Amino acid sequence: MALEDAHIMDGLDQLEAQSIFILREAYRKLKPLALLWSLGKDSNVMVWLARKAFMGHVPFPVMHVDTGKKFPEMYAFRDEYVRKWNLDLVLGECPPVEDMDPSLPPAARSAARKTAGLANLIDQHKFRGVVAGIRRDEQATRAKERVFSPRGAGHQWDVRNQPPEFWDQYATPYEEGMHVRVHPLLAWRELDIWRYIEREKIPLVDLYFAKDGRRYRSLGDQDITSPIESNASTVAEVIAELETSRTSERAGRAMDHESEDAFERLRVAGYL
Amino acid sequence: MTQTHSPSSQVRHGVSTPIVIVGHVDHGKSTLIGRLLYDTDSLPDGRLVQIVESSRKRGLAVEWSFLLDSLQIERDQGVTVDSTRIPFQLDGRDFVIVDAPGHRQFLRNMITGAADAEAAVLVVDASEGVREQTRRHAMLLRLIGINHVIVLLNKADSIGFDEARLKQVEGDIRQLLGRLEINVNQVIPASARDGDNIATRSEKADWYRGPTLLEALALIQPPASRHALPFRMPVQDVYRFEGIRYVAGRIERGTVREGDRLEIGGQGQEATVAEVCRWHAPHHPVAGAGESIALRLEPDLVPDRGDLLFPAGDEAAAPLKAARLRTRLFWLRGEPLRVGESFRLRLATAEHDVTVASIDAVVDLDDLSLSPADEVPPDGFAEITLAVARNILFDPFAPGMPDGRGVLVDRHQKIVGGAPLIGPAALPEGANAIHPTASGVSDAVRAGLRGHGRAVFWMTGLPGAGKSTIARHAEEALSREGLHVTVLDGDTVRSGLCSDLGFSPEDRRENIRRVAHVARILADAGQIVLVALVSPLVRDRAMAKAIIGDDWHEVFVDTAPELCRQRDPKGLYAQAEEGRIAEFTGVSSAYEPPARPDVVVPGDGDVARSVRHLTEAVYRAVR
Repeated sequence: MALEDAHIMDGLDQLEAQSIFILREAYRKLKPLALLWSLGKDSNVMVWLARKAFMGHVPFPVMHVDTGKKFPEMYAFRDEYVRKWNLDLVLGECPPVEDMDPSLPPAARSAARKTAGLANLIDQHKFRGVVAGIRRDEQATRAKERVFSPRGAGHQWDVRNQPPEFWDQYATPYEEGMHVRVHPLLAWRELDIWRYIEREKIPLVDLYFAKDGRRYRSLGDQDITSPIESNASTVAEVIAELETSRTSERAGRAMDHESEDAFERLRVAGYL
Repeated sequence: MTQTHSPSSQVRHGVSTPIVIVGHVDHGKSTLIGRLLYDTDSLPDGRLVQIVESSRKRGLAVEWSFLLDSLQIERDQGVTVDSTRIPFQLDGRDFVIVDAPGHRQFLRNMITGAADAEAAVLVVDASEGVREQTRRHAMLLRLIGINHVIVLLNKADSIGFDEARLKQVEGDIRQLLGRLEINVNQVIPASARDGDNIATRSEKADWYRGPTLLEALALIQPPASRHALPFRMPVQDVYRFEGIRYVAGRIERGTVREGDRLEIGGQGQEATVAEVCRWHAPHHPVAGAGESIALRLEPDLVPDRGDLLFPAGDEAAAPLKAARLRTRLFWLRGEPLRVGESFRLRLATAEHDVTVASIDAVVDLDDLSLSPADEVPPDGFAEITLAVARNILFDPFAPGMPDGRGVLVDRHQKIVGGAPLIGPAALPEGANAIHPTASGVSDAVRAGLRGHGRAVFWMTGLPGAGKSTIARHAEEALSREGLHVTVLDGDTVRSGLCSDLGFSPEDRRENIRRVAHVARILADAGQIVLVALVSPLVRDRAMAKAIIGDDWHEVFVDTAPELCRQRDPKGLYAQAEEGRIAEFTGVSSAYEPPARPDVVVPGDGDVARSVRHLTEAVYRAVR
C-alpha cells in the first residue's frame, strides 16, 4: 500500500512545514499583522508560503515600502501579482535622504530611508506583527535573530537582551507601542530558496536572470545594488551556479561593506 | 581521514543536522567552530581574509573565534553574546553548528540555540577538567533532550596528550554524564587550535584508537521516524475560507488518513477526517509527523486552539490525563521561583493556567545532588509539581521527541522557564496538600469591573519616615477619585495576621512574606494595594517582589535619618536608644535603601506634596 503512506519529508518539505507553522502562529497571535513584500525572491517565497498556510489566501495586507528607486521591472511585477495573487497591498513612502543620520556612510544612509518609511507605516497602521523575509545565512548580524523578534517603542532591536526562544514557543509583545518582527525564512539558505522556487514554479522578476553576462543576485535600490557576472538565465542554471559559488549573496549590497558596524547600526534601528 | 563515514545514501537530501557546541567559558568552543569550518572548507571567500584582517588589526595571530564574533559589540567585549548558526558540509551531508555562549547569565541564549539540536559537542579543557558550566550545560543537554553527546577533550596538547591524565578526565566526565543518564558517543582527545583529531588523526596521541571529531559527527544517526507512533495534532487555528472550515495544525507524531476517527481532546467529541488539505500540492489522503496541514472534519466541528487531536476509541493510543504534573524545570527568570506562583503553561499550541504546588528538589550544581529548597534560584534546575485547575492531556517528555515540551510564561507572555513534563504527580498525603484552583475571571474582565488596573506599591523606608501617613492620605485621595485602594501597614498587620511574630530577622522575613501574599491576593482581585512596611533588607524585598510578580512597584520613602529620629511618632527611637528595643532599624540594625526604586517619595517636606508624588505614580500604573 505504498500509495497510502505518508511522504518522507526532504529538507525543503521540512523548511516549508516550519515556515507555515510560523506564519500561522503569527496570524493567530499578532493582530493586526502585515507582510513585508520587497518584490525580491525571498519575499515572493514568503507570500507563496502564506498562501500554503492559508489555503491559497493571504489573509493580511502585504506592505511595499517604496524608496522610489526600485527598478522599473519590479514595479511592473508588483502590479501584476497584486492582481494575480489577490493581495491587499499597502504602500509606504520614504522620507528624503537628507533627513537621515548624516554620520552613516552614504549607502547605509540611503538604506536608512527604507527603515524610516517602514517605521512610519507600522506606526500609522498600528501593526503588532510584521513578517519579514530575512535569512540567517545572508549576513552575520541576521544570524543572531529570533523567529519572533520583539521591537520596543521606537522600533529598536535590543540585540543584547533577546527573549529565549525554544520548542517552537515564541515571544509575543507585552507593552504598548511594541511590535514583533516575524521571520519565517530564518532557517532557509539561499540555495533552499532557489530550489523551492524551482519546485513550486514561483514567479520572479527577470532581473535575477543573466542578460549580456550579468544578473542580480540580490535586489535593492538601483543606486546601491550592483549585478554580478553570470550566464545563469534560468532557475536551474542559477542553482547550478550557486552550488559552486563561494562569494556572499549580499556582496553587491554597498551598505554591508562600508564599515564594520554600519549594518548592525542599521539593524538595531529597525532595518531588516 | 581513512575511516569510513556513513554513506551519503543514508542521509536525506537537504536535511541539516543541527549540532550544538557547549562547554565552560574559555574551554575553546569558538576556536573549535572556526577550525571545523576551515577543515571542512566551508568558509566563503572573503571570510578568511576578514578573520586574518581583524586579527591583524588587533595585533593577534589568526584567531579562529573572530569568525563568530561577527557583531561589533561582541568583539569590543570579547565575549560571544548570543547563539548563532553556521552551516557546513561533510561528505555531502549538511550540518548546522549552533554556537552557544559559555557565560552563565546567557543561559536563555544557549537554550534558544541548543533546543533544536540533534547532537552536542561538549568541549572540556583537558587540563582544567569538569567545571561549573560543564555541569550546567550537561544538565541542560539532559533537560532539553539531546540524544547524542560527543565529548572533546580540548587543548590536550597543553598536557602533552598524556594518556593517563586524559583517561582521568575522561573518567570524571563519563561519571558526570552517566549520573545525568546521558549517553556518550565518544570522548576525543584533541587540540582545536592545531587541528589535532579534528579532521586529521593526531600523531601526538598514538594511543587513541577512536574516531576524529569529523568522523564522530558523520556517525550521528538521523532521528528515528515518528510515523509509527500514535497520531497527535494540536490544533493551531481554525479557518473558514469560501465556506469551508479548515482545522489547521502540525502533526507532532504518527500519521492521519482520510476516514480516520479522531477524538478532539478537551471537548471529548469525535469526528472523522473528511479531507487532508494542502494548497498547491497533489492531493494525498495521508499526512505524517512534521507536516503542517489542514483537516476538514465530519461533522463540521469547531475545535479550539490547543485541543489535541488523537485516535478515537483506542485507549492504548490516548495521551495521559492529569491535573498535577511532575516537571523538570530550568528556570530563566532573574528572580527566584517560589511555591504558589502562577503561570501559563504552554504545551505545543495549548495554554493552561498552572500554579507551583511544590518545589520537590533543587539541583546543586557543585555535585548534582538534589535537595529540598524553598525557592529555585535564577538559572537553576529543579523538580517541581504544577497544579492545573482541570485535567490536561499530554505525552511525557522524551529526548528527541516533541512530546511534553512545557514552557512557562508570565502574565506578559514572557518565557520564564522550560518545564518538560515527566508525568502525573501523586497527591501529597495529609493536610498540607495544595490544590490551587485557577480563577476563570480574566485580568481584563476584572479591570473592566473596577475601571482601572491593579498594582502593589511597596513603600519601604526608615521607621518614622512617614510611610503610613503618606499611604493613608493617598488612600483617601485615590478613593475620592473612585479607585479601589487597600492599605496594609506594619502595625495593622502585626495586630492580627502577624500577631505571633516578633522582630528577629526571621520573624521580620515571615512578616514580609505574609504581607506580600495578602497584597497579591488583593491585587489579583483587581485592587490597588499600598504596603507601608519598613522592610529594611534588599533580600526580603526581593522575596516580596517574587511573590507579587509584575504588579510590584517599589517606593522608597526618602526621609533623612535625623528627621525620623526627631519625629519619632511612636517614641520608638527613644526606647531603642535606651536599649529597650533590640534590633531597631536605623539604630541597632541596618536599613538597606533600594538601589533602583520605581518611585522615590520625599518624606521630609510637605505631606501633600509627598502624597501627590505617590498618587501620580499610581495613576500612571493603573490607568
